[in-house]
Formats: sequence, structure tokens, C-alpha cells
Amino acid sequence: MTTPRLIAERRQLGRRLLLSAPAMLTLLVFMLLPLGIMFVVSILQSGDYGGVKWGEYSFEAYRNFFYERDLDDTLVFNTDYLEIFQRSFWLSILTTAGCLLIGFPTALYLALQTERKRNLLLFLVTVPFWTNLLVRAYAWMLLLRNGGLVDEGLQGLGITDTGLGLLYTNNAVIIGLLYTYLPFMVLPIYTSLEKMDWRLVEAAFDLGANRFHALKRIIVPLAMPGIVAGSILVFIPSLGNYIIPELLGGGKTLMIGNLIQLQFGSSHNWPLGAALSFALLSFVLLAMLVYSVRFKPGNAGGHP
Amino acid sequence: MHVRTTSLALSLLCALGVATSAQAAGTLHFANWSDYYPPELLKKFEADTGIKATLDAYDSNETLLAKLKAGGGAYDVVVPSDSFIEIMVKEDLLQKFDKSKLTNLAHLKDTFKTLSYDPGHDYSVPYLWGTTGFSYDSAQVPGGKLEESWKPFFEPAPELKGKVVALNSIEELFVPAAYYLGVDECTEDPKQAQKIQDLLLKQKPSLAMYNSDGTIERMAAGEVAMHEQWNGAFHRAHAQRASLTYVYPKEGIRVFIDNFVIPKDATNVAEAHAFINWMMQPENIAAASNFAKYNNAIEGSDKFMDKELFEDPAINTPADKLSLLKPFQLCSPKALALRAKVWTKLKK
Repeated sequence: MTTPRLIAERRQLGRRLLLSAPAMLTLLVFMLLPLGIMFVVSILQSGDYGGVKWGEYSFEAYRNFFYERDLDDTLVFNTDYLEIFQRSFWLSILTTAGCLLIGFPTALYLALQTERKRNLLLFLVTVPFWTNLLVRAYAWMLLLRNGGLVDEGLQGLGITDTGLGLLYTNNAVIIGLLYTYLPFMVLPIYTSLEKMDWRLVEAAFDLGANRFHALKRIIVPLAMPGIVAGSILVFIPSLGNYIIPELLGGGKTLMIGNLIQLQFGSSHNWPLGAALSFALLSFVLLAMLVYSVRFKPGNAGGHP
Repeated sequence: MHVRTTSLALSLLCALGVATSAQAAGTLHFANWSDYYPPELLKKFEADTGIKATLDAYDSNETLLAKLKAGGGAYDVVVPSDSFIEIMVKEDLLQKFDKSKLTNLAHLKDTFKTLSYDPGHDYSVPYLWGTTGFSYDSAQVPGGKLEESWKPFFEPAPELKGKVVALNSIEELFVPAAYYLGVDECTEDPKQAQKIQDLLLKQKPSLAMYNSDGTIERMAAGEVAMHEQWNGAFHRAHAQRASLTYVYPKEGIRVFIDNFVIPKDATNVAEAHAFINWMMQPENIAAASNFAKYNNAIEGSDKFMDKELFEDPAINTPADKLSLLKPFQLCSPKALALRAKVWTKLKK
């Protein structure tokens, strides 16, 4: 029995599929397909000098992530890669926390300005994007190195008396990452604050809240979607960043991005590189899962 | 109106004529390491042969290998390092030369006539070569002079802590460390690799960084006291700071040779041969040497080379040091996997 209603529903479904086709196609071609290729590479046998041997499958790469062959060919637990992952996560968490600490007040300040001034300030936040990241990283090298502007400035003010040795340390990496991703924290928080109904804050003051309480009970909960979005936007690219640790870290310690690059470069081990990428992906998905369970968008506020 | 049409037709004809004559002489797509080939020299080549040439750059052998593997015939001549010639031949990415078109092969210096990675020059001819040693600033090291050995680099004096820089590549650390310890650089024995790892781990706290970029600036500015360095980079730094010294360590020093090759899928093969042959003329290769500050392998190029370049012992290796030069060896995948393991342990 085909009622006109059923036909209409079917037609609507067809139209929906058609309308979503471009998005689906984009996802397929630019996300699923590359991921599929990476997965296939990760379960292939490594070529002798880079590349892979097609048709020879092996889970060696995944096993290598946790174990290595000892002298007598027994498998022993290997923490090298896990340590590199741990450091990357730690640096990324610090970067995210730092971005939040600087980004939230900045966004709040922005949201409280008149519209004219606000637009100008927003524009200024995006100005660094006009210059290539590489150039900006080199600028930081000049600023942070011994005898650089930061060092000389602090010595001139009498705060320090010897070289700080900032450049080529983890601290320099964090500074670089913080600088790079700060706008990604400011903009989403600003967006959620801009939409906020400021009468709620006035009401809070009327009901006897002090500034701290108003911030904690009204503003932060309402800005939560922005904070969550900003944190994700900072955390995930920090994890995979390659150029900042390479330039500002002095190449003394690896982050995940450098480790993966190494496998495709001089280590000639593409399957391990692909497997490491998948390990990174799964850790990120896991973190996102925890995040989304912990901060359900529904109870985070924003829309009462 | 009539006049205008005629002149338009004439100019069109002229343009066509120019286009066809350029077509007849052909084109050449040449790719080299960035900042390693003088653009003016390519203009001279165009003037000499009528072949239109383009220059493209890549940043590493791995990048080049990936580009060649992807295919497409984008390049007619490229310049991989010695370490990649055998790999590229094995992967069937290179074309065999038609040696009847490379008459200038006779100009090669004797030391470069038979090279382990391509003994008959079937696939490659040397472009420029250099050595990977280390340099120090005599104004900054204790006593003003260091032993001609890898020892001061791998086991630096305590005063130099944080003032030493190593190149950021496993090969360029593992191999000299193997020379220093007297271990086979292609060892497959984990115990031997362990020795090298211990040496590198012990050296690490003394290092300011691992970095292959900006070696010239760091040494020229006196920012660090010792730097593992390519001799051409040293030459440039030395021109800015007279107190720098280049060391030929007594345990041996890696010599590297970059080579012209023709990719398998090159589209302009005749032009590629013409170009390589043209580059083996002394005055042309000398212009490349003068630009890149590296020595070449062509007999008779000396008189076209800049005097201060040719007379620098770091560039023109003295006869008594020639025995220290150790050519590249292609190690087994097993040995390379060991190296990669050492590198990860060093940087974890």
C-alpha cells in the first residue's frame, strides 16, 4: 500500500540524500579514503629502503609499537614510543591550559567592548595568520635565543643576570605552541560570549553575587561550549605539530609528529609511521570520547 | 586598418617563429637541492645550446625519491646523493646513460672514475662533492687547538658544554661514531650498535642541539664553539670568522658525492644528456663550485675556480689527507633498522 504520504516521505529522503551527497563525497574522498590507504600501509611489510611491499601483510608495525626484539630475538616490552607519546600529550595539555588561561580573559575583554572596537580587536587577533608559521617560528628563535630580545630585555631590567638558555628546550616548544594556537582558543570563546545575554550577569549582581561568583556561576558555564571547542582546537593540532618542536626544541627530543616523519624519512619504515599515525588517532578519539562523556554539550549550557 | 592587420599578422608570425625555434631545440626540466645551482649558469646553458631550461628545488633525498616514485616525468635531470643511487637503481627509477653522448666523461678526475655505487658511470656522474667533518672556533676552545680526531667532538671538554652542535641526521652521527669507535658502520650486531648508542647518549648533554640548518650562521656569529659541519658550509663561515678551523679526523671522514642522473620517465632524454655533458666542461662545473662552495670532480676546472676556494684545505683536500676520505656504503635494511633504533633511543 503506497499512500501519498509514504511517497512524499520517500521523495524527501531522496532529496536529503542528494543534498548531503557533496558533504558525504568530501568526507569519503578527503577523509575515509586517505585513512584507508594509511591503514593498508600500516599492515604491509616494509620495503627495504622506504616504501612498502604490496601484497605482503604483517602486523609487525603494531607489534613494534609496544615490543622490540631483544638480542636473543625474544620480544621485550619497549617504552620508547610510549614515552614520546606521553611527552607529546603532556606538552599539549600544558599548551591547552596556557591558551585557556590567556585566551579566556582576552575573549571576555573582547566581548565587553563596543562593536566598533571589537571588530578592530578581532581583526588584530587574526593578523598573525597573514604570515607563514615558519617565518614566525624563526622570529621566536631570534627572540628566545641567548642574547636575544627576551634575554637582553630581562637582563636590562635587572631581573636575570645570566643567559636563560630558553631556546632549544621544552619550554621554548610550549611557548611556540601557545603562540601558534592562541587564536584558536580566543575565537570560539569569544563567539559563545558574544551571544550571551548580559542581563543574566546584571541579574546575578542584583541577587547579591560578587564579580567572582558572577564569573563562576554565569559567564563560565555559558562560555563552556566555546571553551570545549577551543580546547579541542588547540589540543589536537598541538599533539601532531611537527615544525615547532623541530625548530624551537633543537631536535633533542621528539614529539609524535617528528617521530612519524622520521619513519617516512630516514628510518625507511612506512608501516611503522602509518601505525604510529593510527595510534595517535586512536588516542585522540579516546580523549575526545572521555571529553564528550564528561562535558555533554546538553548540560554545558549556552542555550537554556 | 589594413596596415594594422598586416602588422598584427606579422607579429603573430614572428611569435610563432620564435616558439617553433625554441621547440626545435627542446626543453629541460632540471631539479636540484635548493641553493645548490647558480641560476646564471642555466642562462649560459640556454645561450650555448638553445635548450630552454627550468630549475626546480627539493629539500631532501627522501623527497626526491618520493617524487620519482610518484612518476609523471616531471624532471629530466635530478641530483641525488651517493647514498640514494643504488636504491634508485634497485627501484628501477633511473635511466641508463647513452655514453656516446657523454664525451666529456673523459674529463673526470682519476679518483672519481670508478665509484663503488656506480662503477661504470652507467647511471650517474658526479656533480659536486664534499666531506662531513667538524669545525671549531680556536678563539673559544681551551688551548686554542683541538686534536685531529673525532674525540673532541664526541667527548667534548667540560668547558664546551652547551657550545657544541651536531647535525640532525642519524647517518651523519652514527657513521662518524662508528669510525671513532672502530666499529663497522654497517654493523648488524646489536652489541656494536649499543656501543655507538652509549657514546651518543653520553655526548647528548654537551650538545646545544641537533640541527642541520643554519650551521654557517651559528659558527660565523660565534654562537657555538664546535659544529659538525659540511666543508662547503665551513668555507662560507670561515670567510666571516677567521678563527674557525676545519678538522679532518684521523679515524676517517665521510665523503659525499651528489650526482646527475636521468629519471626513468624523463621526457627530454636527449636534452638531459646534452646538459650533463655540458656540465662536465671545466669552466661550467667550476662556476657551480664557485657558487655552491664545493669541489667538483672535473680535471682542469681548477683554473676557473675562485682562488680562495681552491686554496682552502677544507675544500681541496690536501694529498696527505686523501686517505682519510671514506666513501659511502649502502648498508643492509637490518643494519639501517638498528641505526633507526639508536636514533629513537637517543631522542626519546
